[in-house]
Amino acid sequence: MTEVTPEIVAAHGLSDEEYARVREILGRAPNITELGIFSVMWSEHCSYKSSKTWLKRLPTEAPWVIRGPGENAGVVDIGDGQVAVFKMESHNHPSFIEPYQGAATGVGGILRDVFTMGARPVASLNALRFGGPDHPRTRHLLAGVVGGIGDYGNCVGVPTVGGECTFHPGYNGNILVNAMTVGVAPKDRIFYSAAAGVGNAVVYVGSKTGRDGIHGATMASAEFDADSEAKRPTVQVGDPFTEKLLIEACLELMATDAIVAIQDMGAAGLTCSSVEMAAKGGVGIELDLDAVPLRESAMTPYEIMLSESQERMLMVLRRGGEAAAREVFEKWELDFAVIGAITDTGRMVLRANGAPVADVPIAALVEQAPVYERPWTAPPPPAELDAADVPAPESLGACLKRLLASPDLCCKRWVWEQYDHMVMADTVQRPGGDAAVVRVHGTNKGLALTTDCTPRYCAADPETGGAQAVAEAWRNLTAAGARPLAVTDCLNFGNPEKPRVMGQFVGCVEGLAAACRALDFPVVSGNVSFYNETEGRAIPPTPAIGAVGLIADLDRMATPALAAAGETLVLIGETRGHLGASLYAREIAGREAGAPPTVDLEAERRNGDFVRRLIEAGRLRVCHDVSDGGLLVAVAEMALAGGVGATLTPPVDGPPAHAWLFGEDQARYLIAAPVDAASAIVAEARAAGVPAEAVGRTGGDALTVSGDHPISLGELRAAHEGWLPTYMADG
Amino acid sequence: MIWHAESELPALDLIVLPGGFAYGDYLRAGAMAAHSPVMREVVARARAGTPVLAICNGFQIAAEAGLLPGALVPNAGLKFVCRDVHLRVESSASVFTGRYQRGQVIRLPIAHHEGNYHADGDRLKALLDNDQVAFRYAMPCGEVCDESNPNGSIGNIAGVFNETKTVLGMMPHPERLADARLGGSDGSAMFEALAAALA
Repeated sequence: MTEVTPEIVAAHGLSDEEYARVREILGRAPNITELGIFSVMWSEHCSYKSSKTWLKRLPTEAPWVIRGPGENAGVVDIGDGQVAVFKMESHNHPSFIEPYQGAATGVGGILRDVFTMGARPVASLNALRFGGPDHPRTRHLLAGVVGGIGDYGNCVGVPTVGGECTFHPGYNGNILVNAMTVGVAPKDRIFYSAAAGVGNAVVYVGSKTGRDGIHGATMASAEFDADSEAKRPTVQVGDPFTEKLLIEACLELMATDAIVAIQDMGAAGLTCSSVEMAAKGGVGIELDLDAVPLRESAMTPYEIMLSESQERMLMVLRRGGEAAAREVFEKWELDFAVIGAITDTGRMVLRANGAPVADVPIAALVEQAPVYERPWTAPPPPAELDAADVPAPESLGACLKRLLASPDLCCKRWVWEQYDHMVMADTVQRPGGDAAVVRVHGTNKGLALTTDCTPRYCAADPETGGAQAVAEAWRNLTAAGARPLAVTDCLNFGNPEKPRVMGQFVGCVEGLAAACRALDFPVVSGNVSFYNETEGRAIPPTPAIGAVGLIADLDRMATPALAAAGETLVLIGETRGHLGASLYAREIAGREAGAPPTVDLEAERRNGDFVRRLIEAGRLRVCHDVSDGGLLVAVAEMALAGGVGATLTPPVDGPPAHAWLFGEDQARYLIAAPVDAASAIVAEARAAGVPAEAVGRTGGDALTVSGDHPISLGELRAAHEGWLPTYMADG
Repeated sequence: MIWHAESELPALDLIVLPGGFAYGDYLRAGAMAAHSPVMREVVARARAGTPVLAICNGFQIAAEAGLLPGALVPNAGLKFVCRDVHLRVESSASVFTGRYQRGQVIRLPIAHHEGNYHADGDRLKALLDNDQVAFRYAMPCGEVCDESNPNGSIGNIAGVFNETKTVLGMMPHPERLADARLGGSDGSAMFEALAAALA
């Protein structure tokens, strides 16, 4: 067996203090297998040692929340005896090294988190951040990631219905691949991971264990350097067909009473799953590594425990349930092996070739994991950018076309046409709108789903940016007519050991917490991805928010598509013309400067609740969130979606026209309704203290700002849809 | 639903080979599924006249199993494509297409990576001579052209019949737009026609 030297300890990412604590817990030096177990369990990825104290600030409860953070995924009540189960997770480091397999296995992992809990996955989303379009690797990474997500999700047969895909040089050295899955389960058949029942069998199911992915969790807990390519062997390889079999086999077994506890083998593989299951149940566990199904010969206990081979699950079965369970898994042609038992020792004991190879006290391993109060510095407040200092464009039309064709705002059809977004035949609103809407199978209700984050706001002001990410997700659900239920967060940052990065994290979490609290929008699951940093350069702070809302009656829903000519466009919410940190400032004026728009959570709530009530009452069917690019971009998106033009009339006493048209003030919605209905809505809004004004009319086949030249929808569509396919074809 | 390992089938009015990724399609779409035990009986029933509707992966399997002429190769664009397409109905003389008019344009989604239909010269000629083309990818106005071809299929062919028009293979998904809630219902007429013909 390999000797544990100081060099080997250092190579496992344990600090001197951490290693001393390992020795103290064991009362001796660890052997190599035990060192491996401690190193992955105490890695940032698995232990949340830098983020734990701050994550406690996030609200996690509401009357409709059935299970918050701490399980494989969060669970919320959606009525009629059903629950939605969902989570978003990062797969950033592997996807940068090997984009296709990295992204594919990210999808596989998040699917398992959801069906582990007894839910059938019904939709996936993703939030993708790539480097600048000019960076030589961007095309390759984008093509690989999209291909990997598509091939895995398509083969498994779960629709990929939405997400985000943006570009910035800040991600040149570390792309972000955040994957989210939502499932539906009966409320009385949710499965958890706490092991119980001394003597119960511990069962391994799924694929065999190989040498792939060893130390993936440790890789995700360190910065990249120039040699990051050499980490390719730590990237796992996906097998979506086996995943599909695993979904069906698990759900079939879950219809019986055989399972006591179940957890997928994700990061840190068999180690993390067995330790967490035993720790949550307050029991011990004994595993016979000779019984683990192996794909390769001569694997050591260390390799078996740290492998991150995909499509594997660990279960604790009720006594006597083994034969029936084996029958189910053998029918689906999956490996099924009893590899151990639950004990009352509180220890994890591993045996190989009949001899013990590791013996670790579980409570100490988990509870004495290091927790750090990392020093942090508050980022300097950004200087306000006065709209008067941002020049007006020479041509509104040319400016709008440039914005619609910019990498962040352009149509992402090239991406989502590679995803089967309709399989299962319940996709009611497809990708490209505010929220995707998926019908709950066999009912007339729907789940509205979105992912959101505006990294340029977070970079300028982390707290405002964090709040804005939550507010925008809430608004996107509201714009579809959904009642926002809860969020999952995927917090992507640089190296937390740097006070500046830690300050960004702290600020963003404070912003998230404030917004989640004000909007009754608790966090029910999520993950933290630190060390998104290469050669000392950290990514922009990117707290991605995935959100789920409920549409009780799909006959009362809104979409952004303009539906008819001759309707009034009404802008809900206050417009000051805020251009700081806007896309206009960046793309047109060439300035990445200024404070982000203020997030007034009371106004968000008031304006959003007003809009949602109109949709729920069946009085409003056309609604769009006003966000990136401001009002003119919002109108253009609505016009393109519906194939109906519009004319906008700037107010005479408002901010400068370009600030009114391109400012990114928050808490705003653009709606369209027949003239009389719109007048009534404006009057009611004002009576309720909600700013509302008629800003234009629908009709024609062009977009016109009063006093300016019309731009045909054809021209706008060509600009909007042309950029991405042209960019990818140029590679 | 019938398990892939079954070797006998009950009495059936219609067999549907649905979409999916049988065996993961890691080899060549449909190649392994075509050799699954149940397919021997499906082929026998089809030869005996039981109608078979083969959609997407089902079409790939049926082609691999020799139930339909031609082959489905990777899309010309080499990428998976999921989007609505327009189809021109080429024949209404079947139990599947009886409620469509020849020349009618319908909208259905496709979602595949290997949907590029190919048949060699003689086989293609026989297909045309025998009126075995069911659908072609078309513009909304009905024009069949390169622009309306999403995957490179020869002659824009989206669906074909066997010689007796009792087996239909098609890459587009009629079942995915058979519900106005999902944005269209042009697929409904196929199921209504089947229900009426088989009742």
